[in-house]
Amino acid sequence: MSSRWGLRFLGLGYLTLLLLIPLAMIFYKTFEDGIGPPLDAVTSPDGLHALKLSLLMVAISVPLNTIFGVGCALLLVRHKTKLNPGIDAVINLPFAVSPVVIGLSLYLLYGVGGWFSFIGEEGLKIVFAVPGMVLASIFVSLPFVVRETVPVLQEIGTDQERAASTLGANGWQTFWKITLPSIRWGVAYGIVLTTARVLGEFGAVTIVSGSISGQTQTLPLFVEKQYANFNSTGAYGASLVLALLALITLFAMNLLKRKEDA
Amino acid sequence: MGISVEGANKRFGGFQALDDVSIEVPDGSLTALLGPSGSGKSTLLRAIAGLEDLDSGLVTINGENATGKPAQKRGVGFVFQHYAAFKHMTVYDNVAFGLKIRRWEREKISQRVHELLDLVQLPGLADRYPSQLSGGQRQRMALARALAVEPQVLLLDEPFGALDAKVRKDLRTWLRNLHEEMHVTTIFVTHDQEEAMDVAGQLVVMNEGRVEQSGSADDLYEHPANEFVMSFVGEVNRLGDHFVRPHDMEVVLDRDERSQEGLVQRIVTLGFEVRVELVLSDGTEVWAQLTRAELQRLELRESQIAYLRPVQAKSFNGSSPSLPDGASTPLGSRDGGDAGLPAAV
Repeated sequence: MSSRWGLRFLGLGYLTLLLLIPLAMIFYKTFEDGIGPPLDAVTSPDGLHALKLSLLMVAISVPLNTIFGVGCALLLVRHKTKLNPGIDAVINLPFAVSPVVIGLSLYLLYGVGGWFSFIGEEGLKIVFAVPGMVLASIFVSLPFVVRETVPVLQEIGTDQERAASTLGANGWQTFWKITLPSIRWGVAYGIVLTTARVLGEFGAVTIVSGSISGQTQTLPLFVEKQYANFNSTGAYGASLVLALLALITLFAMNLLKRKEDA
Repeated sequence: MGISVEGANKRFGGFQALDDVSIEVPDGSLTALLGPSGSGKSTLLRAIAGLEDLDSGLVTINGENATGKPAQKRGVGFVFQHYAAFKHMTVYDNVAFGLKIRRWEREKISQRVHELLDLVQLPGLADRYPSQLSGGQRQRMALARALAVEPQVLLLDEPFGALDAKVRKDLRTWLRNLHEEMHVTTIFVTHDQEEAMDVAGQLVVMNEGRVEQSGSADDLYEHPANEFVMSFVGEVNRLGDHFVRPHDMEVVLDRDERSQEGLVQRIVTLGFEVRVELVLSDGTEVWAQLTRAELQRLELRESQIAYLRPVQAKSFNGSSPSLPDGASTPLGSRDGGDAGLPAAV
């Protein structure tokens, strides 16, 4: 009995110290001088642009990674080939490699003198522009949908799909009517994680974006810039917006989890 | 007409799942593929359905070459051991699935689905989800779903394997009756010989990827082609080179020149039937099937000595000239030593 309470106390204490107090501090600091200053910072043209850009990253990366992720999971689980272990390992790369390194590698590839620098010369600016930031966001958030979908696909097995095919359904009909509805919670969970990752991405995006205010700044970059320019209130305000977005995604995740358990 | 498979071969890595298998299933019949797990029976069934590609061989369904045709175009109804219910759909939508794929009109679908739900005795459950049904109900729903598209053949892969004994027996009878009504050519895979004999008119016994024997239940029981069929279809004791059915083992209390001594180890009463387990002097364990009345007449008890007299035995030992393959020999007419039975001590 006492050991259980001890464990609870330890767990809660650890979480409070490391997660809750720092987050509460942001909240407190933001509104230290009333709601005016942080609101001004967040609604400044640069702040609003950063928020829009962050949402744009989500709007592009999440659908692409979802389509790729589901397709890749189907390949890994349903079509066993000799290449699969290799593909499986490569998909985990974004988890293993530091985002800064990812940013640098993109810079080396698309930047001045890089192999693909001709694309920039043709007029589509990649580095220090939105396309490069999208590439970085896709890179860092690529594994989530695959990782969440693979176990669900394995668990549902192939019987339902086989049954559908004996009933006359072709591959496409089977996918839309049987496979996708069966894995939907796994995919949704992956989407939520992808969204959270893209919203919070800093390292890779910093390098390829150049963090130009009002142009290539996402919310995390905006926070960092405000902080570096000694505008703490602005940094806190934007942080709070980020934290709120994260909370919304976490809340969505919890809802999905509950639905999955039911 | 019906279904025929010729020279089917299928290999999974180093495992030969089907080894030159040929079967002939008459139109409108109810045939059981019987065999232990790993015998290739399910692979054969899936190959007929188009769910598995053969390495070589020919599948013909109702006179039409179906080899290489995708499952969706073969017109087969398939029922899986674990139901394969579409979990995210109601019973209605499960049964209607094949009809919606075929773009039937809404009213016709509704009419057909309700007909089928009546047929499988699930009326009123149309709005339930599979998770709200019992195993037996789920399997009947799966059967209705397979029948909805009016398949040319119905294939059932261990359909009652996941159900408990009572439900299983009910469903067997029910399936037999259903087949009598519908007359759709049906193949049914099972590892349970009693189930196969109970339901099917024709049995195909498989082992290690090959067909051992096919025929009616009586045929297989009375004239097994080999040792495997004899021991798989029905119970059997082995006495040297001879195989004796437990009900062909006579238990007596006094010895004579044809009997063997045994120690009664265990007496198990299974309702009307009594199972007497004995150990012979050479350590062979055998059992005899007696009726309750016989047991009472003998006043047999555990740990006592009794004598066994095989009434009828079979030998598949080709090297013995006096006992041709599959010959049925009343042992009484032979002297014990020659018949390969260890002499009584």
